[in-house]
Amino acid sequence: MSRVDGYGTRIDRSRTLRFTFDGREYTGHAGDTLASALLANGVHRVSTSVDLGRPRGIVAAWSEDPSGLVQVEEPFPEPMLPATTIELTDGLVARGLPGRGRLAEVPDTARYDRKHTHCDVLVVGAGPAGLLAARTAARRGERVVLVDDRPAAGGSLLGTERICGRAALEFVADTLVELHANPDVVHLQRTTAFGHYDDGFVLALERRTDHLGADAPRNVSRQRVHRIRAARVVVATGAHERPIVVEDNDRPGIMLAGAARDLLHRHGVLAGREIVVFTSDDAAYDAAADLAKAGARVTLLDARDGVPAAGARRCAEQGVTVRTGAVVTGTRGTEHVTHAVVGGEELPCDLLLLSGGWNPVAHLVSHIRGTLAYDPALGAFRPGEPADDTAGDGVTAVGAANGTLDLAGCLAEGAGERAQPVERTPTKVLWRTDGDPTRQFVDLQRDATVADIARAVGAGMRSVEHVKRYTTIGTAHDQGKTSGVIASGITAELLGVPIESLGTTTFRPPYTPVAFAALAGRERGRLFDPARTTVLHPWHEDAGAVFEDVGQWKRPRYYPRPRETGGIEDMDAAVLRECAAVRGGVGILDGSTLGKIDVQGPDAGAFLDMIYTNVMSGLKPGKVRYGVMCGLDGMVIDDGTVLRIDPERFCVYTTTGGAAPILDHMEEWLQTEWPHLRVHLTSVTEQWATFPVVGPRSRDVIGAFAPDVDVSVEAFPFMSWLDTHVDGIPVRLARISFSGELAWEVSVDGWHARAVWERLVALGGQYGITPYGTETMHVLRAEKGYPIIGQDTDGTVTPQDLGMAWAVSRKKPDFLGKRSFSRSSNLDPLRKQLVGLLPLDPDLKLPEGAQVVELTDALPPPPVPMLGHVTSSYRSAALGRTFALALVKGGHARIGERLTVPVGGALVPVEVTGSVLVDPEGTRRDG
Amino acid sequence: MQLIDCPWCGPREEVEFHYGGEAGVAYPADPAALSDEEWARFVFHRANPKGPLAERWSHSAGCRRWFTAVRDTATHRFRR
Repeated sequence: MSRVDGYGTRIDRSRTLRFTFDGREYTGHAGDTLASALLANGVHRVSTSVDLGRPRGIVAAWSEDPSGLVQVEEPFPEPMLPATTIELTDGLVARGLPGRGRLAEVPDTARYDRKHTHCDVLVVGAGPAGLLAARTAARRGERVVLVDDRPAAGGSLLGTERICGRAALEFVADTLVELHANPDVVHLQRTTAFGHYDDGFVLALERRTDHLGADAPRNVSRQRVHRIRAARVVVATGAHERPIVVEDNDRPGIMLAGAARDLLHRHGVLAGREIVVFTSDDAAYDAAADLAKAGARVTLLDARDGVPAAGARRCAEQGVTVRTGAVVTGTRGTEHVTHAVVGGEELPCDLLLLSGGWNPVAHLVSHIRGTLAYDPALGAFRPGEPADDTAGDGVTAVGAANGTLDLAGCLAEGAGERAQPVERTPTKVLWRTDGDPTRQFVDLQRDATVADIARAVGAGMRSVEHVKRYTTIGTAHDQGKTSGVIASGITAELLGVPIESLGTTTFRPPYTPVAFAALAGRERGRLFDPARTTVLHPWHEDAGAVFEDVGQWKRPRYYPRPRETGGIEDMDAAVLRECAAVRGGVGILDGSTLGKIDVQGPDAGAFLDMIYTNVMSGLKPGKVRYGVMCGLDGMVIDDGTVLRIDPERFCVYTTTGGAAPILDHMEEWLQTEWPHLRVHLTSVTEQWATFPVVGPRSRDVIGAFAPDVDVSVEAFPFMSWLDTHVDGIPVRLARISFSGELAWEVSVDGWHARAVWERLVALGGQYGITPYGTETMHVLRAEKGYPIIGQDTDGTVTPQDLGMAWAVSRKKPDFLGKRSFSRSSNLDPLRKQLVGLLPLDPDLKLPEGAQVVELTDALPPPPVPMLGHVTSSYRSAALGRTFALALVKGGHARIGERLTVPVGGALVPVEVTGSVLVDPEGTRRDG
Repeated sequence: MQLIDCPWCGPREEVEFHYGGEAGVAYPADPAALSDEEWARFVFHRANPKGPLAERWSHSAGCRRWFTAVRDTATHRFRR
């Protein structure tokens, strides 16, 4: 056991926890991390490396650890977590991970959620600087959010320090009492600010239940993403210790000096008894003295010639051997370090500590493009002056994150004051010592060495960003927290340029890995994207409908019935039956998803005259008109019918997909170009349910449904509508047809929709009324050559291309798209135009999207000239054969010609026809 | 995520907004009088400077009003 008495401010020795690592059982204490508990049990080797299979252990004390990755199996399966950040819980099962993790195979049943928070000041980091910053802001009366990624506040404080004449941890506790008593302060531990975005927007991940292990309450979300919007952000995220790269620096038992000191004071773990400390910085002297005081034999090697007086005195008091101008150039050992190589000498040790100085944790400054400047005294990059107004406004780095490494300075900067300069022996910037570059590891997780950097430079890389991508240094889970600056430094050395001229790679979110489950929050499964259903959805389900997604809508696609031969109809059979039923009798469709826009105001007619290609202002109340909408470029964007309600009111029907965009389109023109028009627009899509009742027997059904209404062709002509009441229910009837058949659209408010639908179905029973879905609707409309905007058009198709010149007004002085129709390209006779295609083989259904080429027995060598493509293709019950619609170059002039459609390896001959294949004379319209 | 000042609702997150391109491009008084090229310039051509640009924005997930704002295309900052 490596546990020593008298240390361990964070552990509770009265509580023993059992855990399993790599199949062996161990015990630890409450307050341990998995890493500290393993080291307490003398386990240094955590896994092997990803490519080289070299033994690896714990290097750092927290999330910056590049080495000790584990896979957690219990209580919650999760891959690739640093052992240093896993809080020990009873029953924890984990194993070492050689670089690559394994996703859980069981469903994740935990909850994840998110919370929005707004504040005046967000303080990231609850170390001395952050606590002072939070307290200062709170005392000013500001709304403060304080987040910190560790289990408890205090940051780098070990418990040995004194603040304002008191023990440091008492100061921390008192400060928290004051903050917690303030209702305008939110304080969150175990919360990592992982991304910093524009205008003070910070995302933070709170780990809420993992530390409770199996006792985690099911009703509490496991993790929560806090979306914090702060007027000011104080970055008090501390500093990461920087190793010095030496040959074979990756063995278990080699770690950062601060990490070993942390383990001693926080967890009471003395990670070695025979310790060599190799440093070029002052802080390691305190680590050496503390570890010696706890019972280790310590030799400190300082690469510098001068020593810090205070540090040397402390070391001398604790019996630490200090040697100056000494450099470690290698290590010995296989599973564990056994010697440090110093010149020709091999010093025996069971723990080698490296300390090359400190890197300010400036990630959150870098995320928002704040500048980082190289500080030669630190040997690191620290936040610089904001370059322009693009970044950095409202963002301050304080304490170690700002390069201020002494406690008094941290407290001063946290309080918003200037840190007093302190006496320090300058850090000697030492990225690496002499040795074999193929065994000098820069990024332990990626097994990337100095030799890899040399190869990158040799291949011509000059930018640290390129070197990073070429070597993969800094791309692992730790994102180069300890290796990034060293990689920049070694690159600069190899190139023979100052590191200032190279800079550092840009830090990007997330600071530490974030599970997708946390980012998804509650928006999973059914809640991922809203599904819109019509009020009749339960009826369709009961009727066995197969649904299709149309945008967010669920629409019945067809209603399969049992086959006489057993089993159930497939789509082709169901659609043929539904089509025949409609054209031979009567069918009913749920068309409630069609977009509906209520257009009101004295200028409503004038407005619609500009929006549609044809004249709407001349429409009489009680009448319906079909219209086409174009963009400024003259291309069709939507179509549908318009009902005139009264002189100042229209109801505009859009396509299902056009409901929202067309309302936006109308609003845009109304607000930005025609604000003088007195018009108001309101979506009423959800308020109306609409059921087309279609087929030669529809007059019988509607006549029975609304006995007070004269449904004769004279009294109720095509393209007219009226409001009536059926059993007290207000109902709108409109003679509109999207199939060429006699048809009525029955519209009713949603509350009465089901009753009306069921009544229509009941009344139609004697005529064999057949509910049909979108697939049959598509076939019926295609047989009549009615285009579907977005299927038969693609934003490059004009009304003229669709054969709808009749829907384009020649009288109106202007409307959206009009001027474009006379552009020379719009008059080109070789434009693609909508035509029908009949495969000579009447059983062959062309695939939609198939290309159309000139009639040929053999394709010419590529590029084969393309004439167009198939946009819609179906099997028609009315025609007793297959047919298709297609956009074909100069198609209207090719009617009667034969062309070829290559399908797979075959060349399918087709005949070009007009786009209206069923009832081109329109005799079925009035029944 | 940037904040954009809606003149009606105040500062809101950028995802609530819809971009409408360069502002101040007036619909021609008499489109029929324009040459094909003049018309194409109006329909398709928009300024794309590096620096301040007056743009149309719509608070599409809020009040649904269109407004004009000046934004620096290099820094994304809105002029206040």
